[in-house]
Amino acid sequence: MEFSYEVEGGNFAKAGNAASGVKKVLKQLNVDPKVIKRIVVALYEGEVNVVAHAYKGKVLVDIDTSRIYIRIEDEGPGIPDIDLAMQVGYSTASAMVREMGFGAGMGLPNMKRNADAIEISSKVGEGTVVELTTKLTS
Amino acid sequence: MASSIKIRKIAEVLDAQIVCGDSFIDHEVDYAFASDLMSDVLTLDSEQVVLITGLTNIQTVRTAEMADINCIVFVRGKRVTPEMIEVANENNTVLIECQYSMFKTIGLLHEVGVTPVY
Repeated sequence: MEFSYEVEGGNFAKAGNAASGVKKVLKQLNVDPKVIKRIVVALYEGEVNVVAHAYKGKVLVDIDTSRIYIRIEDEGPGIPDIDLAMQVGYSTASAMVREMGFGAGMGLPNMKRNADAIEISSKVGEGTVVELTTKLTS
Repeated sequence: MASSIKIRKIAEVLDAQIVCGDSFIDHEVDYAFASDLMSDVLTLDSEQVVLITGLTNIQTVRTAEMADINCIVFVRGKRVTPEMIEVANENNTVLIECQYSMFKTIGLLHEVGVTPVY
């Protein structure tokens, strides 16, 4: 099963649309609510990152019987130092992002914590790709 | 061991207004968490949590959706927007508006036995 969602940079009103859609699908598939929560929290943080930092992005979701694969790709400034970005508390978020309740340097660490596997690749001045894979059975 | 409290009772204790989710006010919560930082809310593993916050925007309600939180109390007299009500209704989330400060809100809930997440 494959889905894709568009994410607009700067548009906080729509942040969470992909996570909300994926949550509904996983509920219909009777996935354990604890597993669903991990998946949608990671995806939601990813969406917020695209809205907060990039110009535009796309979420691609592929679900099979055993696992969910999520690819969040954006056109944006990229991440110069991924290790630094993974550190809790490190953030380059704007005041606007902080007003929305994010931007405390917890997004990527939260995503890592809630996925079985995470791959991040980024090119400065071009964009970032985050890939999340999580097993559907606990 | 957490002690359960009905959402209806939370609104009574806080002398607060239930804005939406009337059909779910007899549901119970076991724990409370207070934060204006949504990323902190997204780290919680507990279930049956009431979120106490002064942050009124659509992302507060989205965060509750992702974190399986069924009740949000907005403190300091903050008003809920129609967009927030729309998302809350989709997810059976109860939204409550409370005039008290966050400190007083938490104190009152603690007094009636609502337990912290950690």
